[in-house]
Amino acid sequence: MATGHNSLRIVGGRLLDGLGGEYATTSLLIRDGQVVAVGEDADRAAADQVIDATGCVVSPGFVDLNCNLREPGNGQKGKIATETRAAAKGGYTRVCASPETSPVNDSGAVTHLIVDNAALDSPIQVSPLGALTRGLEGELLSDMAGLVAAGCAALSNGSRPVANARILRRCMAYAQTFGFTLMLTPLNQALAADGYAHEGRVATRLGLLGIPEVAETAAVMEMLLLAEDTGVRLHLSQLSTARSVAMVAEAQRRGVAVTADVAMQQLVFTEEALAGYDSRFHVRPPLRTEADRQALLAGVRDGVITAIVSAHQPHDSAAKQAPVGATEPGLSTIESVLSLGLKLVEAAELTLPQLVAGITTGPARVLGISNGLTAGAVADVCVFDPAARWSADETTLLSSGKHAPILQQPLPGVVRHTLCRGQVVWSAD
Amino acid sequence: MTHDPYSHALQLTADGQLRHFLTLDGLGKDLLTDILDTADSFIEVGERTIKNVPLLRGRTVVNLFFESSTRTRSTFELAAKRLSADVLNLDISTSATSKGESLSDTLLNLEAMASDMFVVRHSQSGAPHFIAESVTPGVAIINAGDGRHAHPTQAMLDMLTIRQRKHNFEGLKVAIVGDILHSRVARSQIRALNALGAAEIRVIAPATLLPSDIEALGCRVEYNMVEGMRDLDVVIMLRLQRERMAGALLPSEREFYRLYGLSQDKLALANPGCLVMHPGPINRGVEIESAVADGPQSVILNQVTNGIAVRMAVMSMAMSGQVEERSRLRQESGAL
Repeated sequence: MATGHNSLRIVGGRLLDGLGGEYATTSLLIRDGQVVAVGEDADRAAADQVIDATGCVVSPGFVDLNCNLREPGNGQKGKIATETRAAAKGGYTRVCASPETSPVNDSGAVTHLIVDNAALDSPIQVSPLGALTRGLEGELLSDMAGLVAAGCAALSNGSRPVANARILRRCMAYAQTFGFTLMLTPLNQALAADGYAHEGRVATRLGLLGIPEVAETAAVMEMLLLAEDTGVRLHLSQLSTARSVAMVAEAQRRGVAVTADVAMQQLVFTEEALAGYDSRFHVRPPLRTEADRQALLAGVRDGVITAIVSAHQPHDSAAKQAPVGATEPGLSTIESVLSLGLKLVEAAELTLPQLVAGITTGPARVLGISNGLTAGAVADVCVFDPAARWSADETTLLSSGKHAPILQQPLPGVVRHTLCRGQVVWSAD
Repeated sequence: MTHDPYSHALQLTADGQLRHFLTLDGLGKDLLTDILDTADSFIEVGERTIKNVPLLRGRTVVNLFFESSTRTRSTFELAAKRLSADVLNLDISTSATSKGESLSDTLLNLEAMASDMFVVRHSQSGAPHFIAESVTPGVAIINAGDGRHAHPTQAMLDMLTIRQRKHNFEGLKVAIVGDILHSRVARSQIRALNALGAAEIRVIAPATLLPSDIEALGCRVEYNMVEGMRDLDVVIMLRLQRERMAGALLPSEREFYRLYGLSQDKLALANPGCLVMHPGPINRGVEIESAVADGPQSVILNQVTNGIAVRMAVMSMAMSGQVEERSRLRQESGAL
């Protein structure tokens, strides 16, 4: 893993610092895990190792706010070792680990286990997310301060809603006391019921059980009002509807401390992906309409949505091999996020700087981390070739989950090198 | 109307013949008419003393019912036997899958029995698609009802019943009344009526029993049954499950019957000679008044008879599609 080199120069690449700055063929000098110089200063200094980034983009390492590593407890679906290696190949230098493990990450002991295992097995940084309520059951507060002290980056409800608004309000008030960030996936479970697809024309055509748009928007509205009431720092995870984006934008205009993310799959696919009963596209929240997709893209472009997440959910093959309604939700995405994003860039739906900000500095800011590529920053770096093509299949995917969104087709974007704290943790060559 | 190109490729051979029968989505008027004509020819078989024809002799048909059903399964069994097939009935709802075996594993076991056709009923929408994708080439899959998605043989036997009385579909105004939301039958009927050229298809129900965007399948929503009965040529009543009251979809059977039940009064609003249909089993006094169900305009029992003929038609057509495709593939690989 370690290269043994103290200093390293990346030359010839197009530098996107994730902060809006963009430089053609600029060098970056890294020493002892830090960026020490950018541009001509970097060219002048001596370096032990040189990476030729000609034709490549040099960006901050990617940061994921929503990733399932499946450890502890679900080794048949994934492990820290496999999923973080897949993440490094995908360009990531930090992933937030969902609290939905077995046992749930609702105590300092589980957090310590994840942190310790990551120190042994992960080439990249792992930031655990603590469970907001005990067992994620939505009834009792978890030991929030204990979880954060043990290393949790924020507190989350995973994909399990807190049904009782009184308890949610108390979670927020308690978290606000200590200045913790809540990362909540908005869903009204009573409205979602047994649904597993967007309630709309495709679900009606295929006879799938629908999750109505209002199952999300009713929860977004409730969360925004409660956040405003309690003053908590709220981050809404995985918005899927146009109306949610509008409500978040309105709250932001009024000064509510709310940020939001969207899963890359929501920006690329719609409900139509389920035609033919492709159970890979059974995801939560469900893929919705083209109008929703357009509004989510606009939300990213306008800065209402500051982070694009992987929502990586590795599964064993049996979990996905059944009629759609009998399968488990989620795609294996961590190795495909960059490629899907570049397809959006190729389609002129996002600019390259918007994409890079959405997967680097945007999510980092939600975690209170600064990661722009400037002198003095931690050297978490991704070097990717946006024009190179690869194809996802059983053999190329490192994740235990082989149900990537686009399989056996040429995809743009190959990560040449991923550097975490100055160490090369992935090289394609 | 939206079509699913995916189902089209899965259930038709390269030259447009049936090889599976999963959904009516994407099937054209010619093919549906072909099914009805073939079924007509089998009705004559049912009237003979010796009712068998040898079209599926030596073939094994497995009735794979993951959801229990007596009527549909019996007519499929009878249809397969009249085609001279060997029939195996497997009621999976009480066996393997309830012991935790996955659908894929159940299929692997069944394939070892060298069957030629699976007739599948499953509570999950898309289960027959899933099975059609996973079975060995050459095995035909017939959908006998999947979740809320489709029940194509039921819809085709309804079309046969309509054609026997009305002779063609052009100009026909048809209403489907009741629990559209949970009905795979209604979805397949809407497909079939559109493909065959019906003039107007209305779905009549309260909003709680209508799926969202149902209009996209090619029908018009009508909340008021009194309005909806006007100028009708055919009215199809759907079965109402008792558990719909518990799910807060309806207040009571009594109120449902008053507003959406087919009484003689409401039937009098339709065109004279309007056919009354019901896929069965009927709830007298819930969806339909006894006098209407047993009355002169009711063709409910004809529907049952036609069920055997339509299933014989679909089974024989899918089997011959598989056989022809196999011989075509063999020729192609031989030519290489």
